[in-house]
Amino acid sequence: MSELRLPAPRRRHLLSIGDLERADVERILDTALALAAALEREVKKLPTLRGRTVVNLFYESSTRTLASFELAAKRLSADTMSLRSAGSSVDKGESLKDTALTLAAYDPDVIVVRHPSIGAPQLVARYTGAHVVNAGDGKHQHPTQALLDLYTMREALGRLDGLQVAIVGDVLHSRVARSLVQALSLVGARAVVVGPPTLLPRGVEALGCAVSTDIAAIEDADVVYVLRMQAERMAAGEAYVPSLREYTALYGIGPERLRRGQVVMHPGPMNRGIEIDPRVADSDAALVTDQVRSGLVVRMAVLYDVLTVAPVEAQMYAALA
Amino acid sequence: MTLYCANGRSDSLVVEGRVLSPAQRIDEALRITVTDGVISAIEPGYASNYVVAPAFVDPHVHLRTPGREDEETLRSGSEAAAAGGYCAILAMPNTEPVVDSAAVLGALVELAREQAVVPTGFMAAISKGQRGEELTEMVELAALGAAAFTDDGRPVESAGLMRRALQYSRLTQLPLALHCEEPTLSRGGHAHEGEVAAELGLGAYPSTAESVMVARDLALAEAEGRQIHLMHLSARESVAALDLALTKGLSASAEVTPHHLVLTDDSVRSLDPNVKLNPPLRSEDDRGALRDALRRGAISCIATDHAPHARQEKEVPFEEAPFGVTGLETAFAALYTHLVVPGELALETLLERMSAGPARVFSLDEPRIEVGARANLVTLDLDTEWTVTEAGFRSLSANSWLLGETLRGRVVQTVADGRLVFEA
Repeated sequence: MSELRLPAPRRRHLLSIGDLERADVERILDTALALAAALEREVKKLPTLRGRTVVNLFYESSTRTLASFELAAKRLSADTMSLRSAGSSVDKGESLKDTALTLAAYDPDVIVVRHPSIGAPQLVARYTGAHVVNAGDGKHQHPTQALLDLYTMREALGRLDGLQVAIVGDVLHSRVARSLVQALSLVGARAVVVGPPTLLPRGVEALGCAVSTDIAAIEDADVVYVLRMQAERMAAGEAYVPSLREYTALYGIGPERLRRGQVVMHPGPMNRGIEIDPRVADSDAALVTDQVRSGLVVRMAVLYDVLTVAPVEAQMYAALA
Repeated sequence: MTLYCANGRSDSLVVEGRVLSPAQRIDEALRITVTDGVISAIEPGYASNYVVAPAFVDPHVHLRTPGREDEETLRSGSEAAAAGGYCAILAMPNTEPVVDSAAVLGALVELAREQAVVPTGFMAAISKGQRGEELTEMVELAALGAAAFTDDGRPVESAGLMRRALQYSRLTQLPLALHCEEPTLSRGGHAHEGEVAAELGLGAYPSTAESVMVARDLALAEAEGRQIHLMHLSARESVAALDLALTKGLSASAEVTPHHLVLTDDSVRSLDPNVKLNPPLRSEDDRGALRDALRRGAISCIATDHAPHARQEKEVPFEEAPFGVTGLETAFAALYTHLVVPGELALETLLERMSAGPARVFSLDEPRIEVGARANLVTLDLDTEWTVTEAGFRSLSANSWLLGETLRGRVVQTVADGRLVFEA
């Protein structure tokens, strides 16, 4: 029985993959593809967001995410500025609410937020009128990473529907895994999360994935998605696995564990020799640099989408398609 | 005598309506005359739309004094209690400094005599500084009027110290009220372990973090033959452990909060800091077990765990927010709306668990409706709907999980220890 659904609320933000529907994901990926074609031209700048302001508010260290959001905004001709917690009034103890209100006083169109605490982008969205894009909040969500991963998979394998993806490693602490599982399930791909029992959150299957503690579960996968194994997880009192040595022996992705035709992805930064063997990281099967490249066009598409696509129009597009 | 409040003139007044005192098996239209604070006559009366019941007793509130008077004072907290229909409240000792010495307790008692609108009792800490290392001077604290002992806010982590506290409490004959949390299981936990925490990435606080400690403390209490009170139960497994102890005839009691009776961890999806609680909101199955235990009487008390927090401390990302919500001014209406109106709980049971139940556990005078008794009466309008707003609170804090919600049933008058302390 199909249930009667009211129009989705005005989608002004990208806080979680859970806020999206399949049509939204497909539209963003298609926009990214169109933008990628535009970037092939000699002049790599589009006038699309001229006069708009995009603020990057980063409370956590980041190389690729911040760089690609900055560049994405610039390529679309938006004015952009980036604030890091270090060296700003955050150092002086300013609360996130006050920082958000301060930035909001300049009327930015988009605030891109990265923060170590779950719920930070929601708080910025609550106290400002800007469109908020979540660039990673604690262990919760990293929706643009999931979208760029889908984009990369679609480019490499030609489809998403029916694709099998094995996500291997520390799922418990991974916002990437959470967002990706949700996104894969939205587009009709099948995900299995694989890792030691202590790093698989109880109830994770509710996100729409299968769960296994056996590395053999990667065998049927088209994509092996390797998560970063953080050394902090072995700190005293936080010993989720007995040693990195045993972790690597059980779940490390080396050439012997892969079959021909499988591709390997990693959100970076990689710990070579721990979760991923350098021979795999440097092989043709690895799509790691493709992921970084996709990050730029997908983030351009996301900025374009939150600023220009109103929900009613979105529904019209879906109806016409 | 373990309750203290400002001395005022006792009042004389008449209340009338459907008088409902489940513990005394009274349910009829009566007119109650109070003369100089004492019930002087009970006659047949007019059945108005109002229910008149014994006023409520809250065995678990945080009044934040001393130390955080910006969040609550004895005056504001007791005014909030009066507005919620309470005639007695017991304050927790996890203040700054902790209520662990005669000096701190004595100062609080003096302050209550100046400021408290509603009779207020103070629990003292089990361990010095609530550090879980050495016992407080329980006998001296009891002599000064401590209502019970607790390290609430924290568990008594060491089983050895817990056992000593039980043994030593024989000298005071006061119950130990226990916050059951196994810290190595709850560490880093922000939400109930389950689908919601898995989806949101929130650190998991499993049911076993509570139930393991409940089982340990019941075993110790049984071995030492002492009375314990289990605070704010949240998990089905904890209820099961309590049931087992009660069938063995143990002197154990338990309380549950309105929020654990009404909400589940599904609410946490909002990432609203006002649903961040310790123990966390759990599953529908757990909520069902709590409701059932409350109906059966295994859980005999409803406690608000009223936990005021300054606005700036809750206006932060969910993970950074402190645990706790306010509750004194909304407890009755929340439970009436969400449990009694839908037929989940009888009004009589609700009234009993909010008044006689907790009074009995802590050996307080049970609010009774009889000639010659001090008047402790709450008048309730069950038909009126009202919306919970920040501006409506007497509490200095507004971190309520009910903000913006429309509730049915309202406290219109509270008489506490013979004084009219609240009138809507």
